[in-house]
Amino acid sequence: MKRSSWTDYQKEVADDNYYYARSCIRQNFFPGSEKVFLDILSKDLGRNIFDDPLHTSCTGIGYHSDVVPLETIMTVVARQFALMNEAGYENFTSSCITSFGIYTELLATWEEFPETEERTRENLYKATGREFKKPKNLAHTSDVIFHHREEIARKAKRKLINAYTGEPLKVVEHIGCHYAKIFPKKGVGGSEFPYVLAGMVESWGGEIVDYPERRHCCGFGFRNYLVQANRGYSIANSHKKLESMAPYKPDFIVCNCPGCSMFLDKWQYTIAEMDGTTYGQNGTGIPVLTYEEMAGLVLGYDPWELGMQMHQVNVEPLLDKMGVEYDPAAKYLGRNGKFIGRPEQALVNSCAEESIYKTSRRR
Amino acid sequence: MKHVIVIGGGVAGMQCASELLRQGLAVTIIEKEQDLGGKVRNWHKLFPTFTPADEVLSAMRHRLKISNNLKIRTGCQATTITANSVTLCSGEELKCDATVIATGFTLFDAQIKEEYGYGIYDNVITSAELEQMFNENNVHLAHGGTPKRIAILHCVGSRDEKVCQRHCSKVCCVTGVKQAIELKKLFPAADVFNFYMDIRMFGPGYEEMYREAQTAYNVHFVRGRISEVSPTFNSQLQIKAEDTLTGRPLKMSVDMLVLLIGMKSNEHNITLRNECNLLAQPSGFMQPQDSFIGNVTSNVDGIFYAGTITAPKNVGESINEGTAAARAVIEWLNKH
Repeated sequence: MKRSSWTDYQKEVADDNYYYARSCIRQNFFPGSEKVFLDILSKDLGRNIFDDPLHTSCTGIGYHSDVVPLETIMTVVARQFALMNEAGYENFTSSCITSFGIYTELLATWEEFPETEERTRENLYKATGREFKKPKNLAHTSDVIFHHREEIARKAKRKLINAYTGEPLKVVEHIGCHYAKIFPKKGVGGSEFPYVLAGMVESWGGEIVDYPERRHCCGFGFRNYLVQANRGYSIANSHKKLESMAPYKPDFIVCNCPGCSMFLDKWQYTIAEMDGTTYGQNGTGIPVLTYEEMAGLVLGYDPWELGMQMHQVNVEPLLDKMGVEYDPAAKYLGRNGKFIGRPEQALVNSCAEESIYKTSRRR
Repeated sequence: MKHVIVIGGGVAGMQCASELLRQGLAVTIIEKEQDLGGKVRNWHKLFPTFTPADEVLSAMRHRLKISNNLKIRTGCQATTITANSVTLCSGEELKCDATVIATGFTLFDAQIKEEYGYGIYDNVITSAELEQMFNENNVHLAHGGTPKRIAILHCVGSRDEKVCQRHCSKVCCVTGVKQAIELKKLFPAADVFNFYMDIRMFGPGYEEMYREAQTAYNVHFVRGRISEVSPTFNSQLQIKAEDTLTGRPLKMSVDMLVLLIGMKSNEHNITLRNECNLLAQPSGFMQPQDSFIGNVTSNVDGIFYAGTITAPKNVGESINEGTAAARAVIEWLNKH
């Protein structure tokens, strides 16, 4: 893709000293990703990052589901900023796309309607006795990895190259709606041709796949999923994307948003069970990675240390393609070698001949 | 002999100059390009009569040969303009008795509407580029071959608050109809779709051409704007839109997408406003003294307007304004 416009959307990302806000979804479904982000920043890149146990959910899920009112979420966000100030930091980085969207939206709201900021300050003070300063720099954690992508490339132990063919791996990137669709100028590359993940993939040797439904929502969409009656709509969106990307034979999907990683991964299991289709090669699903996992693999981390055993779609076909050495027997061993349980065999990982996606049958 | 400087050598400027010459005045035309003719130089045929643009320009060039009192300065731009002098970007100052500003408009940069993928996907082209292809008799897809399915999107950079272009560019609707017919003449088997918000057929013969496009050429018209463009596996373009007449979303693949880019005010109008004390409209186009009886007169005595410097207009209207501006100049000079 020519993607000439991404340079028009540059954002300033702090180089060091980050206050880290975790993600509700990611902590539960991809806990290894958050850990490896902290490790990459502090151990591989030598940067200072503070993982504060005092911060809470941003309440974004409740806000987007009409459970949490605007004034409440403003006060919660103000508290996060107060905690950042108290810890001595100015650069706020959030692990969750929705949180990033919330922080961006509320900072813009306070800018446009200063009376709302004033009211938030009063509310925070009344509730907690705290005061806050707004962050000097706000970035999503993918922005931070993007910012350091060349340094990561220099330290790379592996590239996003097919070890069998020497060709670049074909990667589908999915940005997540709340990263730049609301405030395009706050995302690297804007909303139409975002570059934050594409930049990482290109710097680390891979090749981006542009496909018809690239911009389409993954299907999470909060109410699509949280309201049980809407879940068919949720899976229909993921299905639309997977059908659209499958002919390009991507080697993996990399996601920016915790929700997108979860739904593009787990709905593949459901679709395989429902209609017997898998979208990867050789009758398996397409592995779905977080960008921290992608960076971790490039930097030589062990896939099980990255938490990749938590994925619904097995990642081994990708690891083999990348030439990653791993111990199959250690896959389900947690900390201290404790067995964490093994999922049931599922069609999405079965390599069944009849489940292989065939372009012709879709036409 | 009174001397008038006409800034801009497009059709309005050329017509104004030829009228002034006919009345025995000395005229200097200042044109930033290397040749006269303005945007019309790049057009193929003019609506609604399909008159070759070259024919119109040749006639206008011929009219300028009426007198030896014409000087043409091409390849240079005016910076400061008063009623009695024009300073060129070289620093040279030219004296005169009145000035006419006929610097026209700028074509909207389609890359700003990123969702259409102009500059990214090869077969997304602008209406201006299609005119160029018509001129070269070489309408083709980027990697060869002829298009079998073509979409034409109206209002790209017009009536669009998101890109701060709230005004209607007026001529894009009829250009879309004209280009659709020309495409059907070239590729009778092709399907041509026009995606529009409103079809504004304001001129004589336009409505008839719009009907003819449907009845004689089977051009399809879909009321809805395209929301995004993506590539398909077989190198087509997938477009998404809403058909607002049926109230349903629509998705289709086409071989070529033509963006009908609108008319935008020139960046230079800001200089005219800030440094020459001329008034501009919120759209950025210059503000004539009056919309009815003073539409070629500026708010500064001795400075006049002709053509699309004040608003989007078609070629015929621009030429008429050239004549009107020349007459207003002569009337003003006779009084001073």
